[in-house]
Amino acid sequence: MKFLYLAYIATWTIHGLYLLYLRGRYQRLREERKELEKP
Amino acid sequence: MKRFYPFFVLVTLALLSYAFYQGMFAAPTEATMGDVQRIFYYHLPHAWVAFLLFFANFLASIWYLVRRTERADALALASAEVGVVFCTVVLVTGPLWARPVWGIWWTWDARLTSTLVLWLIYVSYLVLRRFATGAQTQVLAAALAIFGFLDVPIVYLSIRYFRTQHPQPVIGGGEGSGLDPRMWIAVLWNLAGFLAFALLLVRLRYRLALAENALEAAHADRALGNLEQMPPPRASTQAGESPESHSALKLGNEPR
Repeated sequence: MKFLYLAYIATWTIHGLYLLYLRGRYQRLREERKELEKP
Repeated sequence: MKRFYPFFVLVTLALLSYAFYQGMFAAPTEATMGDVQRIFYYHLPHAWVAFLLFFANFLASIWYLVRRTERADALALASAEVGVVFCTVVLVTGPLWARPVWGIWWTWDARLTSTLVLWLIYVSYLVLRRFATGAQTQVLAAALAIFGFLDVPIVYLSIRYFRTQHPQPVIGGGEGSGLDPRMWIAVLWNLAGFLAFALLLVRLRYRLALAENALEAAHADRALGNLEQMPPPRASTQAGESPESHSALKLGNEPR
């Protein structure tokens, strides 16, 4: 059972990290857009 | 489409939850391996979805080479990146299943090695796209993606043509292979859930790529606008110096 739980946890950790990475990229994009809009 | 998206997110969450229930509780326990075999319900759908995403990357790369559209390039990038994430899950859950069943984490058999090579091909594709500069980067990446996809059928066929530590095909294999119908149901629910999840991720990444391209274009436009607003270079009073040579020096270029 230990390996089963580890596999499920590892799967969702990898997906979670990728979602965090995408969130970071979207945040940086928003900041750069704001910067560009400044006169 | 905007109103459909939250609905699709909810459907995906519901699918993943039900798929988890199917894999963990509803599917029968396998006779030889016991509960650890339930890793199969995450391992196999991730492999199939990764193959589908690499196929999407292959088609988008051909589309890009034929039409040179920004959308094709963004789709190629998004499908490759999400494909690498899914392939990573396959490479992590595989050893976690192998250790209690085979007694080893890894072996260099044809299936495992070709899967690792597949992952490395698409990681190198992403590294090329991230760090290479120049007008030909997208074209080179598309060419790499088309040749890289050749490894997908090799991975798929490796357990049919080579003697491997990895089990022979359970689905679509020869005589005596096959799954219990209740196991099939769990596989299909997990496949549906992770396919929907992959589509969400590809959509997010695709829109991000297009937005980043638009921002880059806006930056370039602004830089050009600033350059046009600069006062014209003064005519030189010294003999032998032209206004062109002045502006070239201001821009930091050596006049040729």
